[in-house]
Amino acid sequence: MRFVLRRAGFFLLTLWAAVTLNFFLPRMMPGNPAVAMMAKFRGRISGQELTTLETIFGVNSHQSLPAQYVHYLGDMATGNFGTSLFFFPSPVSQVVRTAIFWTLGLVGITTILAFALGTGVGIVAAWRRGGLTDSIAPPLLVIASAIPYFWVGMMFILIFGVKLQWLPWSGGADITATPGWSMDYVVNVLEHAILPALALLITTIGTWTLTMRNNMVTTLAEDYVRMARAKGLPSSRIMLDYAARNAVLPNLTGFAMSLGFIVGGAILIEYVFNYPGVGYMLLQAVENEDFPLMQALFLLITVAVLVAILLADIATAIFDPRTRSAQ
Amino acid sequence: MRFLRAIGSNGKATTGAILLAVFVFLALFPGLFAHDDPTAEIYPKNLGPSAQHLFGTTGLGQDVFAQAVYGTREVLVIAFGAGLAATLIAAVIGVTAAYLGGFWDSVLNLFTDVVLVIPLFPLLIVISAYVQNSGTVVLIAVLTFTGWSYTARQLRSQALSLRNRDFLAAAKVRGERAWYVITVEILPTMISLLVAAFLTNALYAVLFASSLQFIGLGDPNATSWGTMLYWAQNNEALQAGYYLQAVVPGGCIALLGAAFALLNYAFDEIGNPALRPVRRRRARIRPLERLSRA
Repeated sequence: MRFVLRRAGFFLLTLWAAVTLNFFLPRMMPGNPAVAMMAKFRGRISGQELTTLETIFGVNSHQSLPAQYVHYLGDMATGNFGTSLFFFPSPVSQVVRTAIFWTLGLVGITTILAFALGTGVGIVAAWRRGGLTDSIAPPLLVIASAIPYFWVGMMFILIFGVKLQWLPWSGGADITATPGWSMDYVVNVLEHAILPALALLITTIGTWTLTMRNNMVTTLAEDYVRMARAKGLPSSRIMLDYAARNAVLPNLTGFAMSLGFIVGGAILIEYVFNYPGVGYMLLQAVENEDFPLMQALFLLITVAVLVAILLADIATAIFDPRTRSAQ
Repeated sequence: MRFLRAIGSNGKATTGAILLAVFVFLALFPGLFAHDDPTAEIYPKNLGPSAQHLFGTTGLGQDVFAQAVYGTREVLVIAFGAGLAATLIAAVIGVTAAYLGGFWDSVLNLFTDVVLVIPLFPLLIVISAYVQNSGTVVLIAVLTFTGWSYTARQLRSQALSLRNRDFLAAAKVRGERAWYVITVEILPTMISLLVAAFLTNALYAVLFASSLQFIGLGDPNATSWGTMLYWAQNNEALQAGYYLQAVVPGGCIALLGAAFALLNYAFDEIGNPALRPVRRRRARIRPLERLSRA
């Protein structure tokens, strides 16, 4: 329990750090880019919205910096992210909501798949040291980890989209299709998801395999594995219950930690495939200098990653009693 | 010398080192290989590959081969710059935390953890968006600022394991200052870890810098692989079938990244004998396996 409380405290601290970064970054930059952005949109926004934006970015503000900061924290706490300038007059929170749906579907499912598959391959590779999987997979995956995510996406578009014309490569669904739970639409959405999902899967699976293999190699050398062998337990039981169970624990934390990287890669994959998720929207916001939307998306992504880390911490505490007493 | 022999004896390390050496050579003497000006927009647009233009030309009429060759320098400068700087900061923060212990350790460690979990790439995007059209120096600064935390954590735990060694106690008794102990006594013992950390950081610098340039957050007029990809995407080169404009720079990034990754992986094997290929150990494990199957 104390462990979980500590982690929850860390969660809040990090969240506060991210919000504070959001607050100070535009103010630290020479010439406050937000001021230039506001000037550009001046004629088009009015009254209430303008005031909110001004407090968020400290434009035209007669308040002192600390007062602005307190005001800003209040706005963030109540979910008042201001108005999107690009999707004007929708409030940012509403614009973001539709994007989350797409990203959760694509990135969420793909990440879990990559973790499960990668860990599985890692277990087999470590169990059969020097076997076929072990000699082919690791070097291949090392090289794969050096390939930029977005470039894999581009190559997929080139090969399976443009050349072979097997699958669609742009958007979350056909523009002509009507959204709903009809069979046609679901199939359409799935078709659009295949290429980006594969690109994401291929580029992220390597990390899991390698770390799992290396952890597993270490646990296989432990005395309790020797003991299990001496007792004559079936191989599969030693592999999964003794070695893999202990090897996956550091990977669980790693899984949460590297979520930040995965989200980053997913941003680029969404961008390349014009997939209407959070990442694509973030880059659109950047391109259009829609800073309120950009800030809100950054916070959203940070919160998502932090929640995942918290969950992984709790899971580790459940599966590994040592962490509970250690700190 | 020992270092070179270690690289020579490991296939992955040799491959990585040769790849890296080729790129460094290209970056130092690009004029030896490419005879066209990489920025000159003087050729017919979107030409296919030919003897004149090995990889064809871009949508703006530049020679793709010349761009790829001249682009090497920028990428390498970023990789080495951000890789070294991030490793250095990590070493200072991580080792200082471990050495000082107590309150300062908690503070520095907490700071490291916070930086570690804030998602890196979105943060990079946000910073770059405010900076606008960041050049090489800004890119290095931003990548360094966001990329040191993982290494700091690693180095801290390594330094913690050294804390009670006799040579440190001796230095303390001699009355050496903290910075002297850290730089002269502790850091040299962690050379292999520092090299591995540098390789990882350099790899991430290459990938992140290229990604930022690709989405248009670098200097669009610079000659670099990421910028080449940006223009290829902007001109819809793939959809139009001019695939070399995207394949060439992406392939270069992958090769350079692979060089760093292979060297790093090999370093893991050199530093951690348990991970080395098993040929020699098999004899020892066999009897136990037979035991478990019986």
